[in-house]
Amino acid sequence: MPEVQVRKKLTAVEEIFHEGGPAAAKPLRRAAALAVIKNPFAGSYVEKIEGYMEDLKPLGLEMAKSLVSALGGDPKSIEGYGKGAIVGSAGELEHGALWHVPGGYAMREVLGGAKAIVSSTKKVGGPGTRLDVPITHINASYVRSHFDAMEVGLADAPRADEILLALVMTTGARVHARVGGLKASEVKGEDGLR
Amino acid sequence: MKAKIRKLATFVEETCNEMGQPVQPPARRAAAVAVIENPCAGKYVEDLSELMTIGEELGELLAQRAVAALGIPGPSAESYGKAAAVGENGEIEHAAAILHPKLGTPVRRVLGKGAALIPSSKKRGGMGVVLDIPLGHKDAAFVRSHFDGMEVRINDAPRANEIMVAVAVTDSGRPLARVGGLTKDQIKGEDGLR
Repeated sequence: MPEVQVRKKLTAVEEIFHEGGPAAAKPLRRAAALAVIKNPFAGSYVEKIEGYMEDLKPLGLEMAKSLVSALGGDPKSIEGYGKGAIVGSAGELEHGALWHVPGGYAMREVLGGAKAIVSSTKKVGGPGTRLDVPITHINASYVRSHFDAMEVGLADAPRADEILLALVMTTGARVHARVGGLKASEVKGEDGLR
Repeated sequence: MKAKIRKLATFVEETCNEMGQPVQPPARRAAAVAVIENPCAGKYVEDLSELMTIGEELGELLAQRAVAALGIPGPSAESYGKAAAVGENGEIEHAAAILHPKLGTPVRRVLGKGAALIPSSKKRGGMGVVLDIPLGHKDAAFVRSHFDGMEVRINDAPRANEIMVAVAVTDSGRPLARVGGLTKDQIKGEDGLR
């Protein structure tokens, strides 16, 4: 499989103090790491693409580590995560699916074995396309306070023969979470769901 | 602090490759953005000194955040820029009050020098509006390799009664700059122009 060629990276960090209600004692922080890579399968139908997931693993790990460091450096402070991809116009949606394994497992590894499935989304789009990356609790998908999303994108990516890969992590619940449901404090953390 | 901050965001872009050509070292730029309450929203206020004071506070905070995001000492920054977007219940003059009278001095203090004018842009808009922050060399406005711009956008800002304020800093010029003109090693750095 071809070498992963990175054109550009973006790290975005948001620190949310309030949203019209009382200011949080500890502001919610969300971070996204983006990498724009060349799509080695752009322009034609390639049947066998699975091997490229292996090639993406080092990049996934690098991005996951950069997120932890952008959020202060302590993996234990990370409570939510998500991932996504935007495939440029000369590629297919299936190329974005190559990110599920290397992106997801990289975050789990860096966070010390998170239990919940990493929520994800993907699409095909042109430069400037925005992606709402879904976010859920790292150990229990049903934690309602941690259902969130972070919008990401880059004005000049993805070009037709590129893929924009995204990982997202957060340090907690929505800033004024108050709609009930399973709480982070009630997580059993066995099945990844509750 | 006078500014009522709802949210802070930082963005770091790193360009490693353009058209197959490696960019070595990578071109890096960072923007720090604050989303604040507009104390003058919804009415005509003659005296905008409150916004000027807020601009002074944000100049220091955002310049510090931007250089921290790049992981460099302030004096190593090469170019800079600033911009503001006023929500729909404010005036364009509110952006001017934040950006022009007092924001520059603390930015220059953080960056060590800054003989050149800080290039700026402003607009009024709704949530998700795109700010193109113009960039120019901090000590000599005519350095052609450093004429650039950085796009920032926050999907939930500015709300009608908010202002989004951005400061951008780089540690390099454009990736693969090659259109001649004054180069950074020729800077005299006396008049802010050359």
